[in-house]
Amino acid sequence: MGLLLIEQAFNGLQFGVMLFLIAAGLTLVFGIMDLVNLSHGSLVMVGAYLATTLIEWTGSFILGILLALPSTFLVGVVVEIVVLRTLYERDHLDQVLATFGLILFFNELIRIVWGPASLYSGLPESISGHVEILPGVPYPAFRLLIILVGLLVALLIYFIVARTKLGMLIRAGASNREMAGALGVNIRMLFTLVFGLGASFAGLAGMMLGPLTSVEPGMGEPLLILAFVVIIIGGIGSIRGAFIAAVIVGLVDTLGRVFLPMLLRSLVAESTADTVGPALASMLIYILMAGILVFRPRGLFPARTG
Amino acid sequence: MILLALIPILIQFLEMPVFYTEMFCRIMILALAAMSLDLILGFGGMVSFGHAVYLGIGAYTVGIFSYYGIDNGFIQFPVTLLVCAAFALVIGMMSLRTSGVYFIMITLAFAQMVYFLGISLEEFGGDDGMPAYRSTFGGLIDLYDPLSFYYFVFAMLLAVLYLCHRIIHSRFGMVLQGCKSNEARMQALGFPTYRYKLAAFIISGMICGIAGALFANWNEFVSPAAMHWTRSGDLLIMVILGGMGTLFGPVLGTVLFLLLEEYLPEWMDALLFPGAGEHWMGVLGPLLILLVLFARGGVHSLLGRLSLRHG
Repeated sequence: MGLLLIEQAFNGLQFGVMLFLIAAGLTLVFGIMDLVNLSHGSLVMVGAYLATTLIEWTGSFILGILLALPSTFLVGVVVEIVVLRTLYERDHLDQVLATFGLILFFNELIRIVWGPASLYSGLPESISGHVEILPGVPYPAFRLLIILVGLLVALLIYFIVARTKLGMLIRAGASNREMAGALGVNIRMLFTLVFGLGASFAGLAGMMLGPLTSVEPGMGEPLLILAFVVIIIGGIGSIRGAFIAAVIVGLVDTLGRVFLPMLLRSLVAESTADTVGPALASMLIYILMAGILVFRPRGLFPARTG
Repeated sequence: MILLALIPILIQFLEMPVFYTEMFCRIMILALAAMSLDLILGFGGMVSFGHAVYLGIGAYTVGIFSYYGIDNGFIQFPVTLLVCAAFALVIGMMSLRTSGVYFIMITLAFAQMVYFLGISLEEFGGDDGMPAYRSTFGGLIDLYDPLSFYYFVFAMLLAVLYLCHRIIHSRFGMVLQGCKSNEARMQALGFPTYRYKLAAFIISGMICGIAGALFANWNEFVSPAAMHWTRSGDLLIMVILGGMGTLFGPVLGTVLFLLLEEYLPEWMDALLFPGAGEHWMGVLGPLLILLVLFARGGVHSLLGRLSLRHG
């Protein structure tokens, strides 16, 4: 029981960190440019496909990932320039629709280029084994790597936003777009850059997800909804909120799926518990989000007030 | 509208297969759902991204009654209204505390909850869904006859159109539209806007529930797929495509969207190369983006502008 708890807690953390990578880009774009981007999940998918193909091409896992990151960045930049740029001034409804159209487009594009079947990407020998995180508790090395990379990226994002000139410009653009523009900041370029960054973080999440599940068209959509749950709980535009909310959602979802059916089995009849348990576990994070929104309508860490 | 009334006669006259009558039935049912969404979206300014949930609840109400052998529509439909009103009351009460993007997302969250609830109902087919028999109305209307079914749906559509027309032009509708353009001012004028919006939310949910009950009848099948979040997205598209905040816009939008869905693959096969139709979504997506970017106000306003130019 204790071992299972530790292992599942790590799985939850790994899932949370993955969600953070997706949510980070989403919350930056949402908070700074006031753009609802439903197609963010497609960038996860694009990242996963690019990485799988590039790894096969180069024959090296690391080289493949290193090439896939800037490629996803480029895809993000192109999408921003071609479609999203015109959407900033529109209301959220228009943005939801246009980016919904982008999802359809990307899914079909992937189907045309790579075919409708799922891809499976293997792992190099060096990280496909297990590591003992505690004496007697083996844990898959790749999942541990995801946690480490995720935490590193979280630190990096925090450093960029809080400590660099770029971060200062981003924050300035977020709090008052026109004023920052009037003071000589190239807002358009800044937005394109931020969107590209967000795209590459989402792509990175897709790349790391590839070996865990299958790479297939539409793989980003369930994740996108979860990422939205994360940024809503965390408060839109807040990186810190996104991180905390991502870990909460990851832990609640993973632990809920494992322990809720067990818990119910000790309370009610086994057959009832077996049907209600998994359903309740899937609903858990939505219940969490609805609950938080009822009491804090702007999320846990509202980035801006008024 | 007159065109819609004449379609079955036209189809019979041209000796086309019954399939077309059935297809237009489906279009009208989803048009009902789109109209219910437009009531809160176009007139109340509430962007519900989980409206398909009432479609699902309505369908499941009919399906569950049918499962227990109760086919009487005089029981099924009123109960559907009650169940949907109850769900909309709970969802609305909590969702309306938020606004803007938070509202979009919280309605989506509730829809996801009910979707997973549907999947967990093992007794009623779980993920796979279950068959449902068409409702009977004490021998008055035979829904297994395509023509009767068509005019039954058509009558519902007309009734709802009239209802919406009355709502929009009533005092209640005026307050609702006031909330959309400036809620703070409406509050300052002394209107309890929360209650008005909640009432509209519930009415909209009930109308959509009727569409769901009809959908279960049409499909003779009920499954959680009816309330998948992409279905909510489709409903939004239909409303926007047709022109939100108008009475006939959603109907137009639904007809256009579903006809595109039906015929775009065939057109692409004919125009581009055989097999291109498989990727029709790849064309629909950009079409949608173009529509949002360049044709604000939807088809309804395009038509309006055209007739103005000629007039």
